[in-house]
Amino acid sequence: MSRLIIDRRRFLTGSAALGSTMALAGCSQFDFLAQRDNPIRNAIEQANVLTYQAQRALIGDQVLAREYAASEIRQGMKPNGSTEPTTAEYMFLRGMNFEPYRLTIKGMVDKEVSFSLAELRNMPARSQITRHDCVEGWSCIAKWTGTALGPVLDQAGVKPGARYCVYHCYDNIQRSISGDILYYESSDLVDAYHPQTILSYGLNDAVLPVSNGAPIRLRIERALGYKQPKYLHTIELVDDLSPFGQGKGGYWPDNGYDWYGGI
Amino acid sequence: MTPPQELPPTRGPLVYRQSIWTRLTHWTWAICLFFLLLSGLQIFNAHPNLYVGQQSGFEFNNSILRIGAINTPEGPRGQTTVFGQTFDTTGVLGMSGSAERPQFVGFPGAVTIPSTRDLATGRVVHFFFGWIFVGALFIWFLASFINGHMRRDIIPKGADLAGLPRDALDHARFRLHHGRTYTPLQKLSYFAVFFILFPLIILTGLTMSPGMDAAWPWLLDVFGGRQTARTIHFVVMVLLVLFFIVHIIMVLLAGPLNELRSMITGWYRTSPGTLAAKGDKP
Repeated sequence: MSRLIIDRRRFLTGSAALGSTMALAGCSQFDFLAQRDNPIRNAIEQANVLTYQAQRALIGDQVLAREYAASEIRQGMKPNGSTEPTTAEYMFLRGMNFEPYRLTIKGMVDKEVSFSLAELRNMPARSQITRHDCVEGWSCIAKWTGTALGPVLDQAGVKPGARYCVYHCYDNIQRSISGDILYYESSDLVDAYHPQTILSYGLNDAVLPVSNGAPIRLRIERALGYKQPKYLHTIELVDDLSPFGQGKGGYWPDNGYDWYGGI
Repeated sequence: MTPPQELPPTRGPLVYRQSIWTRLTHWTWAICLFFLLLSGLQIFNAHPNLYVGQQSGFEFNNSILRIGAINTPEGPRGQTTVFGQTFDTTGVLGMSGSAERPQFVGFPGAVTIPSTRDLATGRVVHFFFGWIFVGALFIWFLASFINGHMRRDIIPKGADLAGLPRDALDHARFRLHHGRTYTPLQKLSYFAVFFILFPLIILTGLTMSPGMDAAWPWLLDVFGGRQTARTIHFVVMVLLVLFFIVHIIMVLLAGPLNELRSMITGWYRTSPGTLAAKGDKP
């Protein structure tokens, strides 16, 4: 019996010690990890580079994301991020039903080219019913129709030194004192040339609506939602991402999110 | 003349019970799981809803857990809905913080890293410790297979299953035996953690990666969709937290100093009556 009493005493002392340790966890001593320039954060961010390299090594460049049956489209595509850009250029184009819109391919290419919406629609089309995974955690299945990006890039002729595509968009995702911050994203050429990477102009058998990125939204189906830039107008081939935005290769990467976005 | 009566020994021999690999991986996991849990709750807070299926129902209902806040005539309240049953969870889930400055978040800032809403940082922390966690598990499996820890202490055998009722009774009476190897309940618990919970939480985590879903599409089929995988990931987290609580209680009941010593130095004081063997210390 005495043994049990000692055990109880020990148990209570231990519980008190444990309780105070748990309460410590409730403080904010790990908030320094939120600082973008903190060396410890910069070190642990390298895990994302490892993830990128591991997935590139493991996943074949041509391996497709799952495509679903039409019966899996059970709802409209949830709009997120920018849903109604208010830049003058976009408002003008929208007012003209995107008649004057042109998608430009420039940068490290043999010749800069641009295409109207009608020209893009006349290129070979591909439809895919895929799952859109938002970084917040939700998923939504929808049918996307467009033309593959790879052949469009080939029409411009990508120069051998090019390593990334930078996707410039019309939407002012954030307004700051120094003016609008426009959305942009980037990918490596594996994602750009992936067979499911399409310049989409159709959603669920209708014209792509403004809330989902009209007139053109890029689909990179093996990555999270923030790698699917909406309101796309220019694709720039580069060998370095540092001159754009804050140098991390995209609006959300500039805000601390992983650039690769495949996880 | 009567021979001097031998007193029964008050303690058993000191045995070398935990290898360096077990000890190193144990503490690595302790740190990893702490950060994974708190950063995971941060990530969950970005969309505090769990669903069953491939996608999240916005225009249909496949939600099984929803944490949020609502406005009532008496002011805002935190609400949690589980399997259609709604509970008022003000102060803990959906709404927490002080009365003057309420925070409308799923899990309160006290249990998230960082303490404020910051999905980007939560993900940076989560994936870093995720890699370490998986690396340690790989090392542990390799080492435990080679040094026999897995066969000796983890995988339950027929005798363990036969001894289970008695062991459960002993545990219920706080009669804890400090033997050379693990008791049947210990074996079963660790077996469940290493062979069920750890693999499940890793694989469901991978199922949430659109890249991995392309590489291993069977993940989606095994778990019944990305959103189901996300739900299982959460449930396994809850089970691991329960394991942690029981684990700590058992350490405290079994003698925290001896238990800590064995997980730091490897040497463990056994119960009286334990047969001495080569390599033991008195």
